[in-house]
Amino acid sequence: MVGREVSESCVDSMIIEMVSSYCDRFYSAKPELAARRIEAIGYQVGLQLSERYTMERPRFSDHLEAIKFICKDFWSELFKKQIDNLKTNHRGTFVLQDNRFRWLTRMSIDPSETNGNTSDDPSVATTESKSAQSASMHLYFPCGIIRGALTNLGIPCAVSADMSNLPACELVNILQMI
Amino acid sequence: MAPLAPRSGDAVFANVERVNAELFTLTYGAIVRQLLTDLEEVEEVNKQLDQMGYNIGIRLIDEFLAKSNVSRCVDFKETADVIAKVGLKMFLGVTASVTNWDVDGTSCSLVLEDNPLVDFVELPDTCQGLYYCNILSGVIRGALEMVSMKTEVTWVRDMLRGDDAYELRLKLLKQVPEEYPYKDDE
Repeated sequence: MVGREVSESCVDSMIIEMVSSYCDRFYSAKPELAARRIEAIGYQVGLQLSERYTMERPRFSDHLEAIKFICKDFWSELFKKQIDNLKTNHRGTFVLQDNRFRWLTRMSIDPSETNGNTSDDPSVATTESKSAQSASMHLYFPCGIIRGALTNLGIPCAVSADMSNLPACELVNILQMI
Repeated sequence: MAPLAPRSGDAVFANVERVNAELFTLTYGAIVRQLLTDLEEVEEVNKQLDQMGYNIGIRLIDEFLAKSNVSRCVDFKETADVIAKVGLKMFLGVTASVTNWDVDGTSCSLVLEDNPLVDFVELPDTCQGLYYCNILSGVIRGALEMVSMKTEVTWVRDMLRGDDAYELRLKLLKQVPEEYPYKDDE
């Protein structure tokens, strides 16, 4: 049975508006507070979604099984694709890489930023860091979702994202088990 | 004769990218929950949800016009009809019925047949006074403002508040004449 669907732009515009409300209106002077609130919203969503998506599954035998579930089933439910690459150092750190992260594919960031820009013009530098900062604000939500989902599976962790390869829309999640 | 506007958004909805509604519903729920914590006052949450909706509406109208193939509506009656049958369908996958027109045809009710915003939702007693779906009224107000209609959009019935349906009241306040951003001699 196909569940209920809504248009993708509903979800996109709601998330974009939520991020900009927190960054530009509620906590415009305190980006770190805005970031924590956005992460908290994601956490709540991840917690509830993983509860729903694991309802009819047996308990995961270990952390790797749970992480694999996030990479495959959970990611497919949300983004209609799996995580492209999973790496681990076998000491509790996992790196999940999505080469075309849907929520970032339509974001435009000055490509010179990652091409080793050598400009001395300070105004250029400010614009760049601003666009990078506002893009990074959009990553707190998916980070929160993953942290919430794993927490619900009994794995408390910290999740951070790295988008230094953004033109290719790479999302790297580093999970550090606590 | 102008081409007839499509009377149903089914085809458009079938063609747009769609996602699992659970993500949408739970994300909205988490936003409302966080706003209640951060803003404390229910009144303020209502206001902010409306503002967020408005900001979304003024952008979403572009996508609506680009994809829906709807041409200019002749009057407010047609506008309301298009929102109910095409707009809501194309974005939320639901439709509404348009009822309770006043005599001059400037205000009417949209009764939602289904509402994906409220799946899984129950309001605790501490949230009395919350218009949970206020984002939706904001979206409609924002979208209409971009096509020159100043409106007031309010909830008159809300099942989360114990009513038997979701009913939005749409009131046309003013039709703003179109202004062009250029002068003739420029």
